[in-house]
Amino acid sequence: MKSIIKRLAVFSFALLMVLSMTSCRGEDKVTINVYNWGDYIDESVITEFEEKYGINVNYEMYDTNESMYQKIKPGGVSYDIAIPSDYMISKMIKEDMLHKIDFNNVPNYKYIDENFKDLEYDPDNEYSVPYMWGTVGILYNKTMINEAVDSWDILWDEKYKKQILMKDSQRETIGLALQRLGYSLNTRAIDELEKAKEELIKQKPLVLAYVVDEVKDKMISGEAALSVVWAGDAVNMISQNPDLDYAIPKEGSNFFVDGMVIPKTSKNKKEAEMFINFMCEPEIAFKNTDYIGYSTPHTEAKKMLDDEIANNPVAYPRDEVLKNCEVYRDLGDMVKIYDRIWTEIKVAK
Amino acid sequence: MKNKWIAYPYIVWMILFTVVPILLVLFYSITFRDGLGITFTLENYKRFFDPVYIGVLVHSINLALISTAICLLLGYPMAMIIAKSPIGYRNMLILFFVIPMWMNFLLRTYAWMTLLERSGLINKFLASLNLPAFNIMYSNSAVVLGMVYNFLPFMVLPIYSVLIKIDKNLIEAAEDLGADGLKVFREVIFPLSLPGVVSGIIMVFMPAITTFVISRLLGGGQFTLIGNLIEQQFLVAGDWNFGSAISMLMLVLILLCSSVMGREDKDEGGVGLW
Repeated sequence: MKSIIKRLAVFSFALLMVLSMTSCRGEDKVTINVYNWGDYIDESVITEFEEKYGINVNYEMYDTNESMYQKIKPGGVSYDIAIPSDYMISKMIKEDMLHKIDFNNVPNYKYIDENFKDLEYDPDNEYSVPYMWGTVGILYNKTMINEAVDSWDILWDEKYKKQILMKDSQRETIGLALQRLGYSLNTRAIDELEKAKEELIKQKPLVLAYVVDEVKDKMISGEAALSVVWAGDAVNMISQNPDLDYAIPKEGSNFFVDGMVIPKTSKNKKEAEMFINFMCEPEIAFKNTDYIGYSTPHTEAKKMLDDEIANNPVAYPRDEVLKNCEVYRDLGDMVKIYDRIWTEIKVAK
Repeated sequence: MKNKWIAYPYIVWMILFTVVPILLVLFYSITFRDGLGITFTLENYKRFFDPVYIGVLVHSINLALISTAICLLLGYPMAMIIAKSPIGYRNMLILFFVIPMWMNFLLRTYAWMTLLERSGLINKFLASLNLPAFNIMYSNSAVVLGMVYNFLPFMVLPIYSVLIKIDKNLIEAAEDLGADGLKVFREVIFPLSLPGVVSGIIMVFMPAITTFVISRLLGGGQFTLIGNLIEQQFLVAGDWNFGSAISMLMLVLILLCSSVMGREDKDEGGVGLW
């Protein structure tokens, strides 16, 4: 009896192997794995791509550059596309984590605005294709704030105790505290970081919560008066609640570019390039921009936007405002110091 | 034990998904990697004994203890009420306890956010009665509430399953010998139910001390608990070695707690649930 069961088990296992192998062979559709920020694409675009090219797309999301990096770094995953920000792209280039893109397969790259080429994080435009850009600023509710918002100082104003939402993201929160003190948001000076830490600990009793994507529900429903957000999300929230407005503080802020890259984990580089090219089709780039509200580096897509959006200072701030903004640089080993400072802020009572 | 081979898949499973991962965590925790290669070190453990991180641990233990105590105070009477109900009714009550657990735990925690918010359902209701608003969102209380809500069934079910197995004759004998209700409970029911209580305490305390989702959602990211600290090491700082060291320390702490509790369990002559 025992041996029959055993044989049966072996047989069914073998059968299973054979079946699973044949089913693999029968399936000749390629699947690419796309790893993107939450709320950062018009998902109908994915279906369009699948139908047009007969390629399956497996779509996954992350909420910070760091968590994306930590998932790709150890390997064992096979993402074909990721959309990290500038400083993360330069870190990934440095660590040899990205494929060079074959631009013969991405003819639509010609539509990308010259201002977004030759940037410091990818100086020779070899590894990334800009997808969206934006700034960090203060989103506030005009019915709750009766003064002009033009400085990070307002986030330290006792009047707004428990009405302030900060970003649960080390670079943004420590960065704005540094800029408020007049330092660079890429500082490597310990004493500057310590001062920023003290300021953030001082601010902590005023903060309602540290959040990332949850900020949208909270600001739209009027749960808080002030919050630190990315400009694209601000456009989106203002359209849902006209009481909201957005300001880039005079001390300066962060200016970021998110670019499409092909991690070395990719097994379908050619299909990944097709995807990048597709995302740069004017129609598609327009659809995404229109849907998610971030600022597009795509010249044709920008022309297609309503004048109201194309001239909206939230999404497309004036040059002199942008000049004041800094791009994040990769911190290298300083990340550990930032993390420690962040923990001290979070632990402080 | 003729059919011992039936256990092989289980052994393979254990080795693959328990033993190997723990060894990997142990390996990461005692190594340090730099440009030159891998060196063995205890630095990762030493780093944890910094006041900042010890503070995180103390805070986590505090919240977990409070939640466990509340779960016990609420859960014990509840388990008794259910155990004493008539059988059909009893199964229905248990079902009511278990049904919410079929729903995703994240979803249930998100639901609490909408309930507790400043303009949430509870406050809207209070406002309609002209009562003052109730603001516990993003505080220790909200985190404890979330833990108690999520982990209460883990306290009630083990206690309940021990209580229904208590021999009714023992209780009747005690009553015949003149013990009043309180005395019966103190001298007979409670000691016999201890194994369930111990299981319940362990099953609530363990997830409570390591949670990172509840503190993130209901604490608004203002509370770094030990679970958040570990998560942060892996997802943000990329310091797997330090994260592994904290995980190992937690493992030791939990093993210590359960072995102390387990010994108590045996002394009472009861049979644990697991």
